[in-house]
Amino acid sequence: MNAKARSVGDVTPLTAHFNQALVLSSGAELPEFDLVYETYGTLNTNRSNAILICHALSGTHHVAGTYGGDARTAGWWNNMVGPGKPVDTNRFFVVGVNNLGGCNGSTGPASINARTGKPYGASFPFVTVEDWVHAQARLADHLNIDCFAAVMGGSLGAMQALQWALTYPARLRHAVVIAAAPKLSAQNIGFNEVARQAITTDPDFHGGDYYAHGVIPFHGLRLARMLGHITYLSDDAMMEKFGRELLAGKHKFSLEVEFEIESYLRYQGDKFTERFDANTYLIMTKALDYFDPAASSAGNLSAAMAKTKAATLVVSFTTDWRFSPARSKEIVKSLLDNALPVTYAEIESTQGHDAFLMENEHYFSVVRTYLNRVAQEVNA
Amino acid sequence: MRADLKAISELVAPGTRVLDLGCGDGVLLRHLQDNLGVTGYGIEIEPAGVVASIGNGINVIQMNLEAGLSGFDEHSFDTVILSQTLQAMKHTEPLLRDMLRVGRECIVTFPNFGYWKNRLQVLAGVMPKSSDMPYEWYNTPNVHLCTLHDFEALCQRVGARVLQRIVISNGKPIHALPNLLGSLAVYRVSA
Repeated sequence: MNAKARSVGDVTPLTAHFNQALVLSSGAELPEFDLVYETYGTLNTNRSNAILICHALSGTHHVAGTYGGDARTAGWWNNMVGPGKPVDTNRFFVVGVNNLGGCNGSTGPASINARTGKPYGASFPFVTVEDWVHAQARLADHLNIDCFAAVMGGSLGAMQALQWALTYPARLRHAVVIAAAPKLSAQNIGFNEVARQAITTDPDFHGGDYYAHGVIPFHGLRLARMLGHITYLSDDAMMEKFGRELLAGKHKFSLEVEFEIESYLRYQGDKFTERFDANTYLIMTKALDYFDPAASSAGNLSAAMAKTKAATLVVSFTTDWRFSPARSKEIVKSLLDNALPVTYAEIESTQGHDAFLMENEHYFSVVRTYLNRVAQEVNA
Repeated sequence: MRADLKAISELVAPGTRVLDLGCGDGVLLRHLQDNLGVTGYGIEIEPAGVVASIGNGINVIQMNLEAGLSGFDEHSFDTVILSQTLQAMKHTEPLLRDMLRVGRECIVTFPNFGYWKNRLQVLAGVMPKSSDMPYEWYNTPNVHLCTLHDFEALCQRVGARVLQRIVISNGKPIHALPNLLGSLAVYRVSA
């Protein structure tokens, strides 16, 4: 980490309201919607130094900085984004946005549907990565950003960066695609389906309209998150962190929490239910499942990527088994096939999929050096 | 610039697609991009090399060459370069075959073990050390050193035609007795 790196400090979320209807991939239409977002750094006079950061499954617009000076409220990529950090807010104007269908202020299933005066609940339309990108482009218009210096993200966020390169090739110079896959495998979809089943079969789910009943599908959402956490960590990282440690030091021959890993998963599950909406979890996992930019080119990713223009940085992590390095290499190959500028780093890490959120010297040097180049290119 | 890199840049055609295997800090590709307008990609395994290559503004792909070039299609590059890396490869023959598949032409450079100064050191009973092979026997990354004759025999074995050969010593081309007087070899070969 750069010695002079610091936090962006306290930040305040903003809300942009869009009156013009958004037609979604499903054919459904949102007559109007809100997007909540945060910005860090300063947009330069020629508006060339903006970086859009897209969040993953459970992320938010709160990428960096804190609320009310409380360190516990630090943004989810606070180690990556800030003055002197790899995404240097002394040079770049960084935008974090909460996606449609989210539960952090942007229009989502818990929002009030103006037509009915009630929360959308089950009637909130399913959205795709492409829909998110269209909505984010509206936000870019709102901020008067014609062309991003870079659009970046990890995991599902990286898929949005890739989709930006496909949908709006003239509106970004670089895509930074971290811990991604060009589409989910059957195994990936399988995990998502188990998570969804946990939620939808919870007696408190009420077909998605649980808001009216004053309950949440707590048990289902908790299970979904517990399962997710297993897939985010590597076997080694889990063993290293928890081993077979017993809380009581001996077997209790009961179903109470015995192993450290059980305690961790239950805690993570519980904590998640306090901040996340189950319907959003369903929508986000469906968006992941649907993502397949090669589908419109008969499954040929190289053919699909032919319409992109952005230079791309692809990063993967050796122990990520959710989206393994092999999946990132599929993206790299599709760019190579089109003679597009591409850089690929495969980071040695024991942290599994979660590694994209962790500080790691090689990883951060790669991003820092790459974005330095971008800064020079756009005179940031 | 290193003598072999200078020789390589004279063998690469302007505006072509180049793959540089073991690109290190990316200086060769940067030079080829700036002066010949090539579309270049480098492959490097070492994290420091990857970061330095990014800093030098080249497209670098972090990958282990020992695993081969299976991700690259046949004839997807005009020129595939392997500079001063051949001798450090464990899977030398499979890599050379892969290079011939991926590139229309290949450029290979390596320190000539048959150089007279190397021979003298062996004759004196010690492992050779030189500016091209600056390592001790116990810490050298070089596991497959060879002479010009040895390399040409391998070329024959894998069906590579030698299109051009430049042999250098002290930065100058050598024409007479190259296997004895040349310290560095630069080959242009194709399938």
